[in-house]
Amino acid sequence: MTRVFKLLSFQVAMLVASGLMMSTVSVMSKAAAAPPAASVQIGNFTFQAPVTTVKAGTTVTWSNGDDIPHTVVSKDGLFKSKVLDTGDRFSFTFAKPGQFGYFCSLHPHMTGTIVVKA
Amino acid sequence: MLDDLDNDRRSFLKCMAWAGTGALFAFDGGVGSSIGLDAALASPLRRSAVKPFTFVQLSDSHIGFNKPPNADARATFREAIAKVKALPQQPDFVIHTGDVSQLSRDNEFDDAEQMLKELGVPVFYIPGEHDMLDPDGGKAFLNRFGKGSLGSGWYSFDHRGVHFVALVNVADLKPGGMGNLGAEQLKWLAADLAQRPSSTPIVVFAHIPLWTVYADWGWGTDDAAEALKLLARFGSVTVLNGHIHQIAQKVEGRIAFHTARSTAFPQPAPGTAPSPGPLKVPAKQLHDMLGITDAMFVRGHDRIALIDSTLSV
Repeated sequence: MTRVFKLLSFQVAMLVASGLMMSTVSVMSKAAAAPPAASVQIGNFTFQAPVTTVKAGTTVTWSNGDDIPHTVVSKDGLFKSKVLDTGDRFSFTFAKPGQFGYFCSLHPHMTGTIVVKA
Repeated sequence: MLDDLDNDRRSFLKCMAWAGTGALFAFDGGVGSSIGLDAALASPLRRSAVKPFTFVQLSDSHIGFNKPPNADARATFREAIAKVKALPQQPDFVIHTGDVSQLSRDNEFDDAEQMLKELGVPVFYIPGEHDMLDPDGGKAFLNRFGKGSLGSGWYSFDHRGVHFVALVNVADLKPGGMGNLGAEQLKWLAADLAQRPSSTPIVVFAHIPLWTVYADWGWGTDDAAEALKLLARFGSVTVLNGHIHQIAQKVEGRIAFHTARSTAFPQPAPGTAPSPGPLKVPAKQLHDMLGITDAMFVRGHDRIALIDSTLSV
């Protein structure tokens, strides 16, 4: 972007400038799209999006906003976070479609599901 | 028949919940009672062949916790220990009903252990869910506090005619569930109790309550009923728990349940807040909501005396 603004400030012809901008934006959006991401907040002893639907290849990040530590543990052993203290995060990339239930191993009444679509 | 009557009489438990720091439990030759610290020793004993004894329950010290409403859970634990030291009769031992640490870190366990050592009496530990957070899922706790225990840390011992059973209900928890004892531990418990006459007074301690205090917050133990079935034939059963950071009591048949205060922070009464997170009370109130439980067991008295006292002077 900086480079684009520099070019603009040099008053390069609009056509050239917009062409440059477009190519820059398309490169950037490609970089951002490569790992699709989703997030699940933990608060008040709940996974605040109990069912989250994502596309295959999405990286889901859980963040603990509680004053009490929690964990994110897959019901079928696919993933298991370390203990997440306040503000800590855990990420997992869901490569394949399916339904993936998970829970907090400290407070097992806290449960959630990630639905991964092809 | 006579034995039954005696058992019923003994099974009655009266608890006096005072504003305080712990529980004093006193046992005399098999029957527990709990008494106010001052009144306890002054009360006449009906059958005093065996000297009464006391023990103290400490719980949920959460060493390492440093957020509102308590910036230093070590300091409040130290205050609780000072309260124990100041008791007119030193307890025979202390039980810690779990959540010794906040995050199962070595320095948290070590600080708790060092502070408790100052009392100069044996300390019996069981883990809470906060003590299972090391990468090996509870090994750090077991290596330090679980010598001679079985499985995830359960054990039993006898003291002056009373049988004490330490249960673990925080290991291998199931999605959507509450506390869990598991088949292996229940099998061990059945064998442990099988050989004892029904007149043996029993004290069971475990971290999460063994009765359902509030299912929505997971404040109960899924398979507790199976343990309670095994305990039902005994004349005097006292169940001591922690986890919920407040006093709750219940008597069911001959089984008396009691939960202790935390020495670190209070939690809301069931359902009175959006979540069971720390109750952020003003600094002035904190010490009124932390505590210890003192138990006195007196043979021939009707009940185990449980005295909860807060950390306030």
